[in-house]
Amino acid sequence: MTQNPYLWLIPTLPLAGAAINGFLGRRSSKTAVTTIALAFPGLAFVLALWIAFGFSSSAAPYVFDLAHWIRSGDFSVDFAFYLDQLSLVMLLVVTGVGFLIHVYSVGYMSEDPSFYRFFTYLNLFMFFMLTLILANNYLLMFIGWEGVGLASYLLIGFWFQKDSAASAGKKAFIVNRIGDFGFLIGLFLIIQHFGSLNFTEVFSKVEPLQAETSGAGLLTAIGILLMVGACGKSAQIPLYVWLPDAMEGPTPVSALIHAATMVTAGVYMVARSHVIFERAPIALTVVAIIGTLTALFAATIGITQTDIKKVLAYSTVSQLGYMFMACGVGAFSAGIFHLMTHAFFKGLLFLGAGSVIHAVGGEQDMRKMGGLKTYIPTTFATMLIATAAIAGIPPLAGFWSKDEILWKAFESNPVYWVIGAITAFITSFYMFRLLFMTFWGDYKGIQVDDHGHAHATHGEHGHGEPHESPMVMLVPLMVLGLLSLVGGLVGIHNGFEHFLEPVFGGEFPKAITEGHSNTEWLLMGISVLFSLAGLFVAYILYVSKPYLPQKIAASLGAFYEAVLNKYYVDEIYAKLFVKPLVDGSTAILWQGVDRKVIDDTVNNAADGAKHVSDEVRHMQSGNLRSYAGWIAAGAAVVIAYMVYLGVAR
Amino acid sequence: MVPLSYYLVLSGILFACGVTGFLIKRNIITIFMSIELMLNGVNLSFVAFAAHWHVLAGQIFVFFVMVVAAAEAAVGLAIIIAVYRTRETLNVDQVNLLKL
Repeated sequence: MTQNPYLWLIPTLPLAGAAINGFLGRRSSKTAVTTIALAFPGLAFVLALWIAFGFSSSAAPYVFDLAHWIRSGDFSVDFAFYLDQLSLVMLLVVTGVGFLIHVYSVGYMSEDPSFYRFFTYLNLFMFFMLTLILANNYLLMFIGWEGVGLASYLLIGFWFQKDSAASAGKKAFIVNRIGDFGFLIGLFLIIQHFGSLNFTEVFSKVEPLQAETSGAGLLTAIGILLMVGACGKSAQIPLYVWLPDAMEGPTPVSALIHAATMVTAGVYMVARSHVIFERAPIALTVVAIIGTLTALFAATIGITQTDIKKVLAYSTVSQLGYMFMACGVGAFSAGIFHLMTHAFFKGLLFLGAGSVIHAVGGEQDMRKMGGLKTYIPTTFATMLIATAAIAGIPPLAGFWSKDEILWKAFESNPVYWVIGAITAFITSFYMFRLLFMTFWGDYKGIQVDDHGHAHATHGEHGHGEPHESPMVMLVPLMVLGLLSLVGGLVGIHNGFEHFLEPVFGGEFPKAITEGHSNTEWLLMGISVLFSLAGLFVAYILYVSKPYLPQKIAASLGAFYEAVLNKYYVDEIYAKLFVKPLVDGSTAILWQGVDRKVIDDTVNNAADGAKHVSDEVRHMQSGNLRSYAGWIAAGAAVVIAYMVYLGVAR
Repeated sequence: MVPLSYYLVLSGILFACGVTGFLIKRNIITIFMSIELMLNGVNLSFVAFAAHWHVLAGQIFVFFVMVVAAAEAAVGLAIIIAVYRTRETLNVDQVNLLKL
């Protein structure tokens, strides 16, 4: 297998795009900014495709060493890129979906005064994300990891004039830092015990180790710490709270960063570290439990939300939970498979939601939509595909990957499967609820254009009726729609799993060789039934009997209130962590340590010096004779002392 | 022969007179003369030691001191005249323009 010498260009191209637009974009025309913003990630995508065609499922992984970074004794870290089947899949997803979303953004952001700034950030994000994926060691991965966090912060707070957007950005960054803390400590442990951060070296040292079945040990600790990092980045319990707030950012950002790519970095990292996790069953169980609980928990919140983007946000959290569930039961390839299909249909859902929001002039509340399928038929068609795909209706993309996960979960522990299947039902329900509330019934929005100010990009639209988006936004929708339709077919006969086999190995051979047993067919049938049931219930509640939901909500009372308010998790966190931290910082760190100790030390030292100087300065009178007197007195003392010495001897 | 201690006591008295005059007098000329007195007190002890130990170095050193004292007297008197011309006083306490 020949190495492709242009691998390093893939992350570098978007960086160049970001640099050009960042430094020159303010003074360039919008056409120039657009060209650069699209050309560089586009080139990266073409390059990724080219590399992919030369890289078969049997190809050996290779390392592209770009530059030395750290050399300290035996420890070394390089700027080196690592290409194997896993990073190739991620590469194609990120550059492909990323490029489509760039194209879409040209239409979506066309009215924004900070057009060039948006694309600078977006290209910067692509650079960091590709670094994360292609890194051949944990440290370079961590750079990408932090970099996407930065890009995410910048883009969530893109409309920083809005207070809520600015604080949502901060929240995302701070919550991510908590996860990064765990990730870092995990890396320290790896350095301490394996003396390297290089994937190949670390894994070759871990491989001979026995699985820690009898009790928790080093690998379990590393695994759980890495999972803490993944929880932050991939929005899992207990660190998922930032993702719904992150919807304050522009919709293409939600599609690119908070659905398709960045939030899946945690899944990628866990899958990349599968050698460690496979030898730490306890850590793996933690991953599975967190994933399963998050999937169910977030899905239930999704039912009650009325903001179209918030529904999708909770849906993302829930789907990420599925991916972790897959990783937790050792089915890493199934997790990556779902990651890929999810990138297609969730990216599409967000872009579709953006198109809907664009159509109704910035409104995000689904209760004020309705009946849009006649106004925006293309958006509707693609949204329908994506919804069916996420709901798991065959033969769309989501069906294959979700079915794969549920089957692997069932093999590991039927409890996971039960919760997963219930979640599948809820997912189908809330997604069709979204679809019915938005596209069926009558349009409930205001027909005049006085709602344009609600959305920064739509201030100049003077439309009375919902209108279809321009082609530059619709084409990405159609491409992603096509991918959502057929993207799952690579999973037939475990094709996807076979492709990733060189990475994840034949650790779980029975699932691969056994093929489709009767149980699997039965489970598949049940999960499809659950999906259809979700569709059916949603149809009854939101199309044929639209008065029912309120009745049900009223009869549930306090429980409904709790779900509507997202189980009060934000409030609990505010009470438990934020308030003690703020109060403690104010009383102890600010008033106590900073004021009393640090400030007072400095001030008292200065005051003391002033007092001493005040006294001593009287000696420096400027009177020549007093100086001479001091000299004479000093000389007399010295002489007296020497005489005394002479006499004493 | 006069013992060494006599010379040293006289030298000490001369030096102490010079220091006292330097410290208590306000007239620049008097201060100047006190400095000469101190120098000569030291000179006396130099020559006394030179004679006592039969070493020429002390006597040679005195010549150097006298040369320096002569140069100092020339420069010092010139400054005193310049000060008197501009300030019309020889009281050092009133020559205080450079004081804060």
